[in-house]
Amino acid sequence: MKILVLLSQVPDTTARIAFTNGNTQFDANGVTFIVNPYDEWYALVRALELKEAAGAGSVTTITVGGADTEATIRKGLAIGADEAVRVDAQPTEALQVAEQVAAYAKDKGFDLIIAGKETIDHNGGQVGGMVAELLDLPYIALASKLDVAAGKATIERDVPGGVEVLEASLPLVLSAAKGMAEQRIPNMRGIMAARTKPLTVVPAAATDNVAATTSFELPPAKGAVKMIPAEDAGKLIELLHSEAKVI
Amino acid sequence: MSTIVFIDTRGDKIPKAAQEAVTYASKLAGGPVTAVTFGGAAGLESLGAQGAAKVIVARGVTAVDGQQLTKLVLDIASKEGANTIVCVQDGTGKAVAPRLAAKLKAGHVAGALGLPDGDKFKRNVFSGKAQAWLQVTSANKVISLMPNSIPVGKDGGSATVEEYSGDLGPARISVKEVRKAGAGIPLPEAEIVVSAGRGMKGPENWAGIEELATLLGGATACSRPVADMHWRPHHEHVGQTGVAIRPNCYIAIGISGAIQHLAGVNQSKVIAVINKDPEAPFFKAADYGIVGDAFEIIPKLIEAAKKLNAER
Repeated sequence: MKILVLLSQVPDTTARIAFTNGNTQFDANGVTFIVNPYDEWYALVRALELKEAAGAGSVTTITVGGADTEATIRKGLAIGADEAVRVDAQPTEALQVAEQVAAYAKDKGFDLIIAGKETIDHNGGQVGGMVAELLDLPYIALASKLDVAAGKATIERDVPGGVEVLEASLPLVLSAAKGMAEQRIPNMRGIMAARTKPLTVVPAAATDNVAATTSFELPPAKGAVKMIPAEDAGKLIELLHSEAKVI
Repeated sequence: MSTIVFIDTRGDKIPKAAQEAVTYASKLAGGPVTAVTFGGAAGLESLGAQGAAKVIVARGVTAVDGQQLTKLVLDIASKEGANTIVCVQDGTGKAVAPRLAAKLKAGHVAGALGLPDGDKFKRNVFSGKAQAWLQVTSANKVISLMPNSIPVGKDGGSATVEEYSGDLGPARISVKEVRKAGAGIPLPEAEIVVSAGRGMKGPENWAGIEELATLLGGATACSRPVADMHWRPHHEHVGQTGVAIRPNCYIAIGISGAIQHLAGVNQSKVIAVINKDPEAPFFKAADYGIVGDAFEIIPKLIEAAKKLNAER
């Protein structure tokens, strides 16, 4: 089984969110960057588990980004990916990233391509579906469970009010949500091995230029919380009705 | 320039998010639009009220097969000469909208929060901690509307309903089973959500949460530890890794308000927090707060909700 995992670099989940250059750029000053948690905890770890269960195959990660993403990419190798690819382009928006990934993946014969359900910075959840369309493959978004047997994948996904169990033949593109696997902490052997595993830099392909984020805004500061004494708790319901007018 | 809207109406009634998307599309177009849907829903004529002149339904498609649905929407977009396609930013929309965008070389707005300012659309980024303006410069546009972003229109008439008869090719994804997790309002649709966390001490203590939610006409939700310990089903888990919701009213009981939980609920219009720890970080994000024991406060809330219901 040959698996490709999409790996993005994002600011740490607890990073201070601020902008610079007239609110046109994320302020990376003092921010730690990590592997997007959905890519790392769910997509990559499940890919490794499937490879281990099959006793054969390979797991490749692909990242669209500059040389500054290589430390993050090595983390994926330390967790257990066999090799990593970096497409040498600054990511600008979803279709551009998807076109870079599709350009790399199209002749490689991957059985599974797995992305995280979204990145925690842009929250679009678009790249997996776009890659699937560009490669003419089926795509299942928000998979919380994935099993593969005899060339067929069985997938569970949470839907409003329940769980849907789906079946599709490989090759297939998926986006991974919580439940698919448990986070793996790289051990010392993995970290040492990651230093010598192949990290191939491929040149950027030509892509379409269809959209761009032009500016950012921070939400207005929240007003002070109105405290209600515990013995008078029922007043909350009255206030939500008569003052906030939401119930 | 013409606009069509793609919605999922497979359930018993037309989801609010679908009505919002039709409303949005007709506002964007400045007039009636064509809506595209699939499955067996009845009463599609009523989408006229939201601005649909015509609803085209592919009855034969019942599963979310992104390739079939993409083919369906592209076929109708081409017949209608549409260059703008509105979708919903939900599970179905996420399976179809990115495919449409890739096929049409269109800029895709994943989660538009309202009508655009020229060619710029506002959307949430950094898990709701900031917003961004995305400028779409392509001739074709795909816009996925964030649920609960605009009021549902009510002014139109009745839509004509046509059955789609084209060939969508074989389905490559099949539904083996759907495990329903009880009745009630689906969480992303709920305008009022009563949510509880580890402070409830055990799954046997949820009766009060459920009663309060029912009295208020809302849905129940929970924090991540509660879902991880299997006190509540996973689809009720709201937060960074669970469902992101934006109800009008979010009542959090016994949830401390870790940053990962806030990421899934910080778009709620009004947040009320009940916690025995006055230092709980959730109070900083709240509009209303009560410090105290949940087991003493919940009965008081239930009593007040009953009184409110009796009065209205």
